[in-house]
Amino acid sequence: MRKFLQPILAVVFGLALGLGFTRIAGESPWHVLQILGKSAFGSSYDLGMTLFYSTPLIFTGLAVAVPLQAGLFNIGAEGQLTLGALAAASVGALWPGLPWPLAPAFATMAAILAGTVWGAIPGWLRARRGSHEVINTIMLNFIAAGLASYVTLYLLKNPDTQNPETRPIGPGYHLLQFGFFNGAPVSMALPLAVVTAALVSILLWRTVLGYELRAVGQNESAARAAGIDTGRMRIIAMCLAGGLAGLVGVGEVLGNAGKFRLGFSPEYGFIGIAVALLGRNQPGGVVAAALLFGALHKGTSDLDLETEHVTRELSLVLQALIILSVSAEGLWSWMKKRSEA
Amino acid sequence: MTGELVASTLRVSTPLIFAALGGMFSERSGVINIALEGLMLIGSFAAAVGTLLTHSPWVGSIFGMAAGVLLAAVYALFVIRLRANQIVAGTAINMLAMGLTPFFCKILYDVTGSTPSIPIGERFHSAPLYLGWALVAVCVVWMKYTPTGLWVSFAGEHPKALDAAGIRVNRVRWAAVLVSGALAGMGGASLSIFLSSSFSRDMTAGRGFMALAALIFGKWKPLPTALACLLFGFADAVQIRLQGVAVWGDHPIPVQFIQILPYLATVLVLAGFVGHSRPPKAIGTSFRKG
Amino acid sequence: MSAETTAAVELRGLTKHFGNVVANAGVDLRVERGTIHGVIGENGAGKSTAMKMLYGILTPDAGQIFINGKTRVWTSPSDAIAAGIGMVHQHFMLAGPYSALDNIVLGAEPVRLGVIERTKARARLEALARQYGLPVDWDEAIDELPVGVQQRIEILKLLYRDAHILILDEPTAVLTPQETNELFRNLKKLRDEGKTILLITHKLKEVMSFTDRVTVFRAGKVTGEMQTSQTNPQELANLMVGRKVVLSIDVPPAHPRDELAMDVTGLSLAGAVAGSRHKISEVSFSIKRGEIVGIAGVEGNGQSELLEAILHPRDPLCRTSGTVRFLDEDVTSWEAWKIRDLGVAVIPEDRQQEGLLLERPVSENFLLGLQRSSAFSHAGFLNAKALQMAATQAVEEYDVRPRDLAILAGKLSGGNQQKLIVAREFQRKPRMLIAAQPTRGVDVGAIEFIHNRIVRARDEGAGVLLVSSELDEILTLSDRILVMYEGRIVAEFNRDHVTERELGLKMAGS
Repeated sequence: MRKFLQPILAVVFGLALGLGFTRIAGESPWHVLQILGKSAFGSSYDLGMTLFYSTPLIFTGLAVAVPLQAGLFNIGAEGQLTLGALAAASVGALWPGLPWPLAPAFATMAAILAGTVWGAIPGWLRARRGSHEVINTIMLNFIAAGLASYVTLYLLKNPDTQNPETRPIGPGYHLLQFGFFNGAPVSMALPLAVVTAALVSILLWRTVLGYELRAVGQNESAARAAGIDTGRMRIIAMCLAGGLAGLVGVGEVLGNAGKFRLGFSPEYGFIGIAVALLGRNQPGGVVAAALLFGALHKGTSDLDLETEHVTRELSLVLQALIILSVSAEGLWSWMKKRSEA
Repeated sequence: MTGELVASTLRVSTPLIFAALGGMFSERSGVINIALEGLMLIGSFAAAVGTLLTHSPWVGSIFGMAAGVLLAAVYALFVIRLRANQIVAGTAINMLAMGLTPFFCKILYDVTGSTPSIPIGERFHSAPLYLGWALVAVCVVWMKYTPTGLWVSFAGEHPKALDAAGIRVNRVRWAAVLVSGALAGMGGASLSIFLSSSFSRDMTAGRGFMALAALIFGKWKPLPTALACLLFGFADAVQIRLQGVAVWGDHPIPVQFIQILPYLATVLVLAGFVGHSRPPKAIGTSFRKG
Repeated sequence: MSAETTAAVELRGLTKHFGNVVANAGVDLRVERGTIHGVIGENGAGKSTAMKMLYGILTPDAGQIFINGKTRVWTSPSDAIAAGIGMVHQHFMLAGPYSALDNIVLGAEPVRLGVIERTKARARLEALARQYGLPVDWDEAIDELPVGVQQRIEILKLLYRDAHILILDEPTAVLTPQETNELFRNLKKLRDEGKTILLITHKLKEVMSFTDRVTVFRAGKVTGEMQTSQTNPQELANLMVGRKVVLSIDVPPAHPRDELAMDVTGLSLAGAVAGSRHKISEVSFSIKRGEIVGIAGVEGNGQSELLEAILHPRDPLCRTSGTVRFLDEDVTSWEAWKIRDLGVAVIPEDRQQEGLLLERPVSENFLLGLQRSSAFSHAGFLNAKALQMAATQAVEEYDVRPRDLAILAGKLSGGNQQKLIVAREFQRKPRMLIAAQPTRGVDVGAIEFIHNRIVRARDEGAGVLLVSSELDEILTLSDRILVMYEGRIVAEFNRDHVTERELGLKMAGS
């Protein structure tokens, strides 16, 4: 129980502080909280949208959590998911005739592969050249955005519209959507995400590879002294991360839009960092945290309409405050001491 | 054409120089500064607001620096006092800036996209450029010849030694982080009220990270860092120039390839050269007595 | 009352807690002016903590500090420094890339118009260097200076600040016997000029030879304080541990087999920069199964590099030429885990850095290095049950306390951590054992245990490479002794045919 206390308190504190901010905009924090709650869970459509936003967050949360277990900071989930989605859409647009289930399987593999490559690059750079993955992944995000823009606007542009998006994927690629949610695009991607989380959990805690990854993250020198190839572990961790982030493309392209839309991601990659941290880098925690942040994302989307001055960017503020609260080690150890005394 | 390119390079490097030198103080004292991006962003916003209010870019800059110091204080609180992980907290600070700037923009100007335009008479023409290089000179002298410069260096290299010599390590780090906030804020200010005519959303576009890369490339020393900023500024200036220019037969180079040049340059620079540059030994670790 | 005025330092009832751990429980200590006063005790006995409070790095929870008869309270080291106290720490407080001068004046810089007056500082330091016979190259970066000179710089730091009370924490840990003698010559000179010196050490021989009085710490308290001339090492050892201690175990003669456990030829690691000195140079030796070969040498003469080269021969940062053979296999191009799988057990130099996952439970630590073995894994999946069983049994057999597999390794004491590592490594049924500083920071009881295990491994047919900076340990356990100096093997001795003096000379390069 103690383990859960820290994240829960951090959320409460972050929310309270962030909502307090809305006072400056002339709103009542309580009123804002109600809007958030209603918008996130009020109707089956709302709930569906919350789940829809949570799905990619599970993937990006895992994409940050797994490398963190190996001691690496993956700030590049945004670029990895962009290229994953682009790959899925490209496959779907280039081979529209493929039938189900071959089509989505193929597109999914493409998404994983693209993400993996984009994760492998900073992994390799860190393992073999020693350059820190934080800066590299951030730069690669920008580069990925550029690549995506190029492919979308020059190579695979959808001729039927002005929007910056690719040609639609073939009919065989679409994933089943659950009708229960009244139009919200909740697809097979959601169970896929949950299953993926479970698989990651097994990988981390029950396999040799998982043990070695965690050992590297715990104590690099000891891992090396024990004969573990730390460089290889780093590359593997980043490849896994990239592949996991790439899976966002499955939900977005195959389960929702049916094409790659430039800028579709409302910072899923960055929010993934918050998700991983709040979930304490454990797959189970990641799923829970993803739901929370998905709810926050949906919850704040109606703020533009329902309030004078508060807009959906409040979600960024709330997330930032939650991250800060979770990470304040000094605060937690002080509280722990007080409770033990 | 080359004269223009040089002038353009110098102008475009200015925000980077301020931010990178700010980052230098922080990092030399042992505090990683991923938050330069957010500090610049909030500085650029506050400077625009300040200038709109007071019609003076100088006062606007003060607003920008003050905002940078405030946000940096939050960062320092979490990272030094509460011993939060520096990369995590830095990322959070960036998110905070990205969320707060449209928040306040909406309150003040009713839109989240950008602040109103600042008339040309109320913007900087060239002052920040010269100030930037004056700052480089000051930093060189400061780090090498003053006691506080020595303390900052030791705080990042061997904080226990500094503590044993009777100097409060965390105080030095606080000061360094606040200075980085002020300087990064000034860097942001030079984006909105020098290079541009207003603040627009997320206008820093990764420059804070570029400044960090320049710092690493410059081995955390003031003059090499400033030169690295020139290099990145050059890539940025070339990018603006090359847009739409036909180079590959009849086809113009797609704009995206040019846009990614500075970022690609950063990755290559880090991969090729940083292998031999050593960061301050104690960077990233929090300091506790005993 | 008048007796107090001859005491330079007096501690009364000094107490300090770290969470639940009581580091000092009512410490009483009295140091006469103008003496060399030894402060001894095992690791964790509280002597460092008490001295840190004396120096202002830590604040006492209770008790008083008297300097020259007056109570003093420090809020930081600068208060202590201002009162004339200086401390030379065990791990030098010197920043590598910066000059000796900068390191010395830090915090006491002479300033004019906001700028450091380095010429003024230099002049003063030259004078001090002459007065006390401590020459130093002021502008050289610390990284470029040998350890003996670095220590001089540390002492000069104190003299620059007019320290009258000098505290030295384990100063001889990194010195050769000859450098040690020189250090004490200098200390005696300082004492004769009126300085008071506190010497924190665990080396009983040094205490007997060089101190005037000695205070013994055990478990956070003072258990004895007396004139050095009125005591002996055995009594001091007993005060340190509270029971009769066998200072060295009896080691029966070896019966080495003909097979080689290890064979190293021409092993070298070139320096990082072209033209610079080799880190290890043409090291060749072999170890038979059933014998213990000890490598003696002052720390920093290539021992660590040698171990890295042996265990990670593939890595170009660890080995540039030469071959390594283990148990009749040429492993020079093998990966580290493969080498270990041959049956090579390793007790690392720095157990916390290289041997343990401190934030993980004992059971996971027991798995470290063994995770790929068929005993604990199958087709990439771990066998948790087998691990549990083996770990429980090992923890029992090797007396790791507490007997709790879920406890975090970081919570174990040094001795228990080391026993855990020994237990894990011996799980391999090693045919070759590499033991580096195996009893560093380990309490006396565990030392005996570990020494016995090492000898038992030898008698069961393993070849043992023992690397230690404790000469006594080398002399007790080794069948053959090699001496390393500046990256080379400079001497080889048989255990019955060598004296400590000869070893000391070779260790110093003569």
